[in-house]
Amino acid sequence: MLIAEGMPLLYLELAVGQRMRQGSIGAWKMISPYLCGVGVASVVVSFFLSMYYNVINAWAFWYLFHSFQDPLPWATCPLNSNRTGYEEECERTSSTQYFWYRQTLNISPSLEASGSVQWEQALCLTLAWLVVYLCILRGTASTGKVVYVTASLPYCVLIIYLIRGLTLHGAVNGLFYMFTPKLEQLSNPKAWISAATQIFFSLGLGFGSLIAFASYNEPSNNCERHAIIVSLINSTTSIFASIVTFSIYGFKATFNYESCINKVILLLLNAFDLEEGSLTADNLSEKKDYLMATYPQEYAQLVPQIKNCSLEAELDTAVQGTGLAFIVYSEAIKNMEVPQLYSVLYFFMLLMLGIGSMLGNTAAILTPLTDSRVIGARFPKEVISGVVCFINCVIGLIFTMEAGNYWFDIFNDYAATLSLLLIVLVETIAVCYIYGIRRFEKDLYTMIGRKPNWYWKIMWAFVSPLLIISLFIFYLTDYILTGTLQYQAWDATQGQLVTKDYPGYALAVIGLLVAASTMCIPLGALMTFIRKRLKRERVSTVA
Amino acid sequence: MASEHGLGKELDTRAGGSHPCGGAGWGSARARTSRSLPAPLIATAAAPSGTPRPARLGRARRPRCPETDAQNAFKVRISIKTALGDNAYAWDANEEYLFKAMVAFAMRRYSSKSTTQISNVLLCNVTDRVSFWFVVTDSSKNVTTVPGSVVEAAIRMNRNRINSAFLLSDKTLQFLKITSTLSPPVEPSTPVWLIVFGVVLCLIVAGIVFLIVSGIQKHKKKNKESTERENLEEKVEVTVTLENGLPCEVLDLKAGHINGVFPADDERFTSL
Repeated sequence: MLIAEGMPLLYLELAVGQRMRQGSIGAWKMISPYLCGVGVASVVVSFFLSMYYNVINAWAFWYLFHSFQDPLPWATCPLNSNRTGYEEECERTSSTQYFWYRQTLNISPSLEASGSVQWEQALCLTLAWLVVYLCILRGTASTGKVVYVTASLPYCVLIIYLIRGLTLHGAVNGLFYMFTPKLEQLSNPKAWISAATQIFFSLGLGFGSLIAFASYNEPSNNCERHAIIVSLINSTTSIFASIVTFSIYGFKATFNYESCINKVILLLLNAFDLEEGSLTADNLSEKKDYLMATYPQEYAQLVPQIKNCSLEAELDTAVQGTGLAFIVYSEAIKNMEVPQLYSVLYFFMLLMLGIGSMLGNTAAILTPLTDSRVIGARFPKEVISGVVCFINCVIGLIFTMEAGNYWFDIFNDYAATLSLLLIVLVETIAVCYIYGIRRFEKDLYTMIGRKPNWYWKIMWAFVSPLLIISLFIFYLTDYILTGTLQYQAWDATQGQLVTKDYPGYALAVIGLLVAASTMCIPLGALMTFIRKRLKRERVSTVA
Repeated sequence: MASEHGLGKELDTRAGGSHPCGGAGWGSARARTSRSLPAPLIATAAAPSGTPRPARLGRARRPRCPETDAQNAFKVRISIKTALGDNAYAWDANEEYLFKAMVAFAMRRYSSKSTTQISNVLLCNVTDRVSFWFVVTDSSKNVTTVPGSVVEAAIRMNRNRINSAFLLSDKTLQFLKITSTLSPPVEPSTPVWLIVFGVVLCLIVAGIVFLIVSGIQKHKKKNKESTERENLEEKVEVTVTLENGLPCEVLDLKAGHINGVFPADDERFTSL
């Protein structure tokens, strides 16, 4: 996937930006006037992304600030009002999930019940936007220096976590799980689709941020070498991070498995008044059979409470996205020694990564704005950045409401996926067929002094477009086949997620999100066509 | 302790009492012993009274409780190995004596009348788990058992003293019917996170203000410089004289006098 898709498309975008020396709107306009819509679509997608992405940074700030306590607030359940036990919602689910769903998000049972803005989250969101503003205030020059920090610090933290993770009890289970290939999953096409999409988004193709950054490069910069190096480093980092993740995952799964076994042991000891220490994890199954034979009635009463503990089941509970970052990791951290230190390091790293992504997004929005003559010449950089940050912050307050997380999921799932695929497809086709691959070759020759070899040309012309088209078709058919779209809502009475259907207006918003960015491309072409026609008519009437 | 052995025999012969430790049986046995002789002597007296003692295996067996549910008796469950691990002590008759002493202490402290004796606390049905039932009798009131609510209140009041006597906690020394009041978490007056938030916020705002102000100053300086340079250029333009269409600075006025081809004066002679 990396070789077929990642590297060629990365090289393409970097080269376009470096050659045209403008942000995404200007760059595509230079390739062909009909393609100004592509640039606008990129900017729109980046705008949507920056709207909802900074909420993640707000959550990271929230967890970071709460890590300075002993014990960690998500380690234990809070007590109920008459102090005889724990809160019931917390009893039904785990303390980390309770902290996430109740104390961080204060989530409502469904999308319709909007609730009010949570002031704590609003404060954290404001702080996150202030940090982003501080970094982009002086333009890309200052952003470059900030990125030195935000890019290198996560590596340090990952190394610390690697050492800590590998020395944890049960980490080996996770690593085994990661490295044993599961052949039946490999044959499932969904796995390959997810891999392709993952490469796409992790490299940041189609957002316009790559073009924006490349436009600040020297024209003679060797972007071919940079593209290869960047994509290789990206993949290596992904593997490195997944080693860390899986070792911590293995630790958590082993810990949960052992707690489950201990609970069963305690239950049996108490029910049958056996001596402490007579039941261990090793002899549990034979003792269970023995007890079942000797005391059939009492055992039958206990059977509904005895859970079958399985390490594989724990490892298989696949979580992704915000759940992985905030629930699973915080659960693993609370069981380590000196959890405050690891918690602070982890959420600081998450913050650095998030702010790094935000810088790319805002650069993608700001570069076209500052390049344009309408806005860029009239207002100084600081004012434009300030206005953009302020607008995004105000819109982002939607995500701090009680139902905010459901809206966040809508944006997360639908704002970027389809639009990006379409944008990158149009980009590849435009450069190869409309601009002409020979012209592009000549441009690259003038820039870096070397013509691209046959590998790049084949990838650009045939393989990557085909791959993207197939991904696109797959996603469309998936959406159509599943009928009404559904979402996961948190049910406080049961203490778990339940599936619900989206209400009508939510579906309308989803449609609007996808349409707003994809329609820019044909609309842009149409407007240029109309403008040219009018100009030609005017010229012809004058002449 | 031996008196309990004697009582055990009583229970075995009696047909089902109203509570686990054979209420009436307990009471009457109590009355008998208290009327006649002090406890240790009764032990030695009761033992050779003729009825064969049940065989002792390993741990000392307490009398079997005829029924296991009654409102005045409480089941206790102790998990020593979980609490202490390698430092665990064995649960034997001495520990039971200590337990009875603690319960008696709790009763005395609660009701603040010193009538409860260690012998008032009766244990039965001790298992390997280390769990047993106990009941507190009242010797002054015609050998009835003390109501459960009183016992519960007494134990609740002195729970941590009882726990620390055994080096255990609420979880490892469980009174099954008595729910423990969980201690509230320590809440600082201002939540910690707000303090950290405030610090970070101030730093960031200070950085932004600094950058904006320095940007405005640089802008002003640049404006001033560019206006100064413009004025300077105007002045220079006024005074420049034109010589044959070229401004005089361009012409090197010395060029006509010294011919650069020949070496300069001080180099005319080769050095020695």
